[in-house]
Amino acid sequence: MVAAGKTCPGCGAANHPDAVYCNLCQGPFLPAGGSRLAGDTAGGSPGPATPLPRAAPMLSFYEAASRNVRLSRLLFLALLASFLAVGAGIGGTFGSVGTGIALALILYAILAATAYFRGSSIVLSIHGAREADRSAHRTLRNVVEEMSIASGLPVPRVFVMESPGMNAFAAGRNPEESLVAVTTGLLERLNREELQGVIGHEMAHIKSRDTLYYICAAVLVGSIALMADMFLRGVPFRGRGEAGGGRGSAATFGLGILLAILAPFAARILQMSISRQREYHADAVGAQFTRNPLGLASALEKISQVGAGVPGENRGTQHLFLVNPLRHFPDDASALFSTHPSTALRIKRLKAMAGIGEATA
Amino acid sequence: MTWIPAIVAIGLVGWFVLTYNVLVRLRNQFRNAWYQIDVQLKRRYDLIPNLVEVVKDYMAYEQETLTRVIEARGAALSAKGAAAQGKAENVLTESLKSLFAVVEKYPELKANQNVASLQEELTATENKISFARQFYNDSVMTYNNKIQSIPSNIIASAFDFSRAEYFEAGEESRAVPRADLR
Repeated sequence: MVAAGKTCPGCGAANHPDAVYCNLCQGPFLPAGGSRLAGDTAGGSPGPATPLPRAAPMLSFYEAASRNVRLSRLLFLALLASFLAVGAGIGGTFGSVGTGIALALILYAILAATAYFRGSSIVLSIHGAREADRSAHRTLRNVVEEMSIASGLPVPRVFVMESPGMNAFAAGRNPEESLVAVTTGLLERLNREELQGVIGHEMAHIKSRDTLYYICAAVLVGSIALMADMFLRGVPFRGRGEAGGGRGSAATFGLGILLAILAPFAARILQMSISRQREYHADAVGAQFTRNPLGLASALEKISQVGAGVPGENRGTQHLFLVNPLRHFPDDASALFSTHPSTALRIKRLKAMAGIGEATA
Repeated sequence: MTWIPAIVAIGLVGWFVLTYNVLVRLRNQFRNAWYQIDVQLKRRYDLIPNLVEVVKDYMAYEQETLTRVIEARGAALSAKGAAAQGKAENVLTESLKSLFAVVEKYPELKANQNVASLQEELTATENKISFARQFYNDSVMTYNNKIQSIPSNIIASAFDFSRAEYFEAGEESRAVPRADLR
């Protein structure tokens, strides 16, 4: 375990022994030979001879956060527009345009309010998460507190999901009302350092407001898809005679069509907007909190061996998680069809941050 | 064309207000970050007597280690001035580390629930101290960047927003890997 830290010659910050540039001031370290720490190679693996090329400039928290707030508003607006359009269209076909628009507005108001105000609790209950007990999950709570200090955020509420799979997610419409949830499988298999990496990643999602966007997207799109399913499966049964009440069933039918039209559209928005860049960003920002990218890298390695299953997994919430619980993405998975980058690539990038391995990812 | 100066004036006032408020926010942030370090240091002072109380019966032959922890705590509590205090805190961290190393040698001590939870609390507090210092330094960097860069440096120098100092770890604590505490 013992490895001497590296001190940045520029600003004096302590860094990982394998670091290639300083975590604090971003100044590069000289190659081992020319460094003023030349004799100090105890325990550290030899870094590459030349400094790695710096990654593309990262969004600051501030930029990422305002982008996410903007995108969330856009999502609500886009859905409002499509609800109104489809509502008017169906209202026009089945009677009055006004009724159609009114129905669409009511439905939209219910959905939007649910997404914004109840989103987190819905996601928690889907995945059977319970608030972490103070004494039973002392280490978890401490690690969350440590990371909230490192990120300068209020301490989020902590939840635990009963599952042998290893996974975690963060949710909340703002940092003051945020939460993190982890599976029991994760707690059992990770050491403190790795857990810190995972929680750091989740705090990064909270800090850059990814959680606001994710939770809105999850509930809006998820509920539309769910209702479309319900109505579409309900439609064939209407032919059996008992459901013959004219206007009522017409309205139900209209609603079904509305949702059926919206569902693929909404799912498409979700898929387009949840980019793998967000996960890379959270990995990098999380590493900035822990100053130890190898913790998360090692956690991801364990997860890829054990599996990331969670209770109640479904397509509406898969993008929330640390590692996608539904699908395993191969290294060359297409960016279009995956919510997460491949775990192997993420590990590679994290190691490159610590100056280990080639920085080609 | 009389409205052009008016628009320029409004723009200037708006820029002034926004920049001034950002500077105030950043200054408050790093000052608050400094007090957060103190909160964690205080927590460590409070935890140490409890740990000493629990382990001392087991450690008949390790009184020296315990005495060193207690003395280091006393020295850190009474240290005056930032530099002296920083030094005393480092000595305390070192002494705690050797105490934990000793605990590892006593199986019945390791199995003790009280010791385990106190050890976890102290480890967490150590981590919180270093993360609080890290956040303080990050906040100082953001603040210093703002007051030194153009154009916000104009307002900063006019309204006496002076440069903030980084927290500097002592040489001995730099050599210490954080991994040891886990």
